[in-house]
Amino acid sequence: MVGRSLISASELGRDQYEYLFREASKFNKSRPLLGKIVGLAFFEPSTRTYLSFETAAKRLGASVIGFQSEASTSVAKGENLGDTVRMLSSYADLIVMRHKFDGAAKFASSLATVPVINAGDGKHEHPTQALVDLYSIWKKFGGIDGLVYGLLGDLKYSRTINSLLRALDKFQPKKVYLISPPQLRTRQEILEKLKLPYEEVSKVDEVVGELDVMYVTRIQRERFPDEFEYMKVRDSYRVDQRVVQSMKEGSVVMHPLPRVNEIDRRVDGDPRAYYFKQASLAVEIRMALLDWILGGQ
Amino acid sequence: MEGELIVRKIKDGTVIDHIPQGKALLLLRLIGITGAEGYRLAVVSNVESRKMGKKDIIKVEGKELMGYEVELIALVAPTVTINIVRNYEVIEKRKISPPRIVRRLLKCPNNSCITNNDPEATSEFQLINQTPLLLSCSFCETMLSGDQVVKQLLGE
Repeated sequence: MVGRSLISASELGRDQYEYLFREASKFNKSRPLLGKIVGLAFFEPSTRTYLSFETAAKRLGASVIGFQSEASTSVAKGENLGDTVRMLSSYADLIVMRHKFDGAAKFASSLATVPVINAGDGKHEHPTQALVDLYSIWKKFGGIDGLVYGLLGDLKYSRTINSLLRALDKFQPKKVYLISPPQLRTRQEILEKLKLPYEEVSKVDEVVGELDVMYVTRIQRERFPDEFEYMKVRDSYRVDQRVVQSMKEGSVVMHPLPRVNEIDRRVDGDPRAYYFKQASLAVEIRMALLDWILGGQ
Repeated sequence: MEGELIVRKIKDGTVIDHIPQGKALLLLRLIGITGAEGYRLAVVSNVESRKMGKKDIIKVEGKELMGYEVELIALVAPTVTINIVRNYEVIEKRKISPPRIVRRLLKCPNNSCITNNDPEATSEFQLINQTPLLLSCSFCETMLSGDQVVKQLLGE
């Protein structure tokens, strides 16, 4: 992985995922990336991903340069993506990039002379979120295999779902339920490459008692042709105390955050609520990834 | 070549054989031959073929097809054979297959793809399946079907 870009969750093999999980959980190197510079190119706003990459880089001893929105860059003056990437790749040893267009990270990696990590490109992929997700599951259950997963919400336009499915596909989950309204089902180009056993269902109640991991994403209002259609499905995909209490003991509710109202705040106190712990694990797994790619000693 | 019963041999040029039935006029439009270029042109449709049942044939006198034109044909009609004729003899018989990578020629149908939003990011598709034709955008993975390819190439 040293010197390589990471654009899609499908680029890592099972061994590589597990290597990163082990490294992240026992990371004890002292500032291995001292003298390195990590460039954070966030053309789209972000809180958690930006801050966790910044924290990870700094904890490894690297310096951080970058920006958090197009408005604060020359892109706002009309500079194209290519020129920004070329400039940044001459300053930094690695670029972490988020962009609103699908495929932007791959395009950037074709121009950059340093590795590019895709921190979200449009509705395409977000492979390091999948790393955070699987690492969180690995920490909780000691592995990824043999568990029953339920992925809930907007499965069509969610980049975290695409990457999570591709990462899960490197393991042997017992079953993956894809729970969504019919108009927000997982895209065909993602589904047809999967080998894992999956089933598409419309109602969470049908499968909730089987789940070890419930992974919730937001149903986005703007994806619906009209308000009425949105209102019809919105509440069927809201995870409240009643839903969580139907889950097995020892199971977990996860969410890539930010949440709006898809998980009732009263669920936060339930022992199955795992999303804040999941967010807190982002720094160490991103440390392991940065250290691996930049070949820290 | 069964079509010879209808149209005589050409002296120099290209015979496009084994065209799927009914696609000859489409192929001519794709390679931009309108009839106004001055080539002697024969289009034979719905003739018997041992391999295909029925097929179309095109004969163009005075023109040897270029790589780019062959690529266009291969995308929409991969069964085609291209025969280059010089002095009434077939000097080269080429079976064609669609290119594994198609660059610049087609537009990604996903409006949010970087190739539709950055002047420097040019389109690139990978061949997923030959028959029926299926391509996948190298950047955003959106699929492009054979029908969509034909519509784009014909500017519809």
